[in-house]
Amino acid sequence: MSRPEAQAPAEIYYGDSEAQKYTSNTRNQRIQAEMTNRAIELLALPPDESLFLLDIGCGSGLSGEILDELGHVWAGVDIAPSMLQVALEREVDGDLFLQDISQGFGFRPGSFDGAISISVLQWLLTSPTSHPTNSPPARLSRFFTTLYAALRNPSRAVFQFYPETDDQITLITSVARKAGFGGGIVVDYPNSKKARKVFLCLMVGSGKYASNT
Amino acid sequence: MVRLITHNLLACHVRGCTSNNFPLVFKDVQLQLKEAEYNPDFLRGFMPKLEWKALVDTAKSLNNQSLPDQAPEPQAANEEFLKILHHVLLEIHVEEGAMLCPNCSHVYPISNGIPNMLLQEHEL
Ligand SMILES: [Zn+2]
Repeated sequence: MSRPEAQAPAEIYYGDSEAQKYTSNTRNQRIQAEMTNRAIELLALPPDESLFLLDIGCGSGLSGEILDELGHVWAGVDIAPSMLQVALEREVDGDLFLQDISQGFGFRPGSFDGAISISVLQWLLTSPTSHPTNSPPARLSRFFTTLYAALRNPSRAVFQFYPETDDQITLITSVARKAGFGGGIVVDYPNSKKARKVFLCLMVGSGKYASNT
Repeated sequence: MVRLITHNLLACHVRGCTSNNFPLVFKDVQLQLKEAEYNPDFLRGFMPKLEWKALVDTAKSLNNQSLPDQAPEPQAANEEFLKILHHVLLEIHVEEGAMLCPNCSHVYPISNGIPNMLLQEHEL
């Protein structure tokens, strides 16, 4: 079967039945938890501090629950109402927003101490219409520019995603750099077709948090 | 759910709407109070991010007058103040209603506690 992002926009693909299926599937839960834990590790947050984080494409809140357990407070955005509905039913702690990340954010400068995003970025490489405002570079640019502004300096944003080609990685990293980010790609298990995981680790400033403790 | 902790960070993101676009004004709201875990260290760390006047005014618009006009320095904040701040930021949930941009009048509807931040193509 072809990839979800090649079939339909996320808000259509993750309709009511897909949202339920995705969330209750234990294999999905386990993989999502593994990727979330790895993304949090790559965020390199100062230990023992309770921070304010953004979950980009929070879905039904599977990653958010892990942030809760670690004592962080978070806000989540997602384009799929059905996924957010499942998050509500599961009574996650984060504030939820129905948002198309390709339209950019309105969060004030320095709002978040970090951001994570699991299996979302590849959706920005699709174009819902042929209008120039919907080209992948335009979508990526609105997203990265407004995300950069919304993050505190220094901090990090870590994205696990599924690129199909090296050109896609090049496009994503070049738009992120133009928006001001440093950082780059981390590949886990590069030699295993099945276990291979790609993370984009972006940094604002030095990306190194100075701990208060 | 939308609480004042995220409302206080949120400006209008319609293209070209770059001044007087904060804070968004709550309209026709239905509120729910839900207890949240009190964490003074989180609150002290979060305080520098707040636009204090916007927070005080918005809380008042939701019939909460408990905040002082001036915020103390985070390290000088006492328990009494932090408990009030905790309640205002984290325990008042806006479940229904809308947020209105004071500049361009874009309406962000809130349904089931979730604000709809989607824009039309001409607003990008
Ligand atoms: Zn506006």
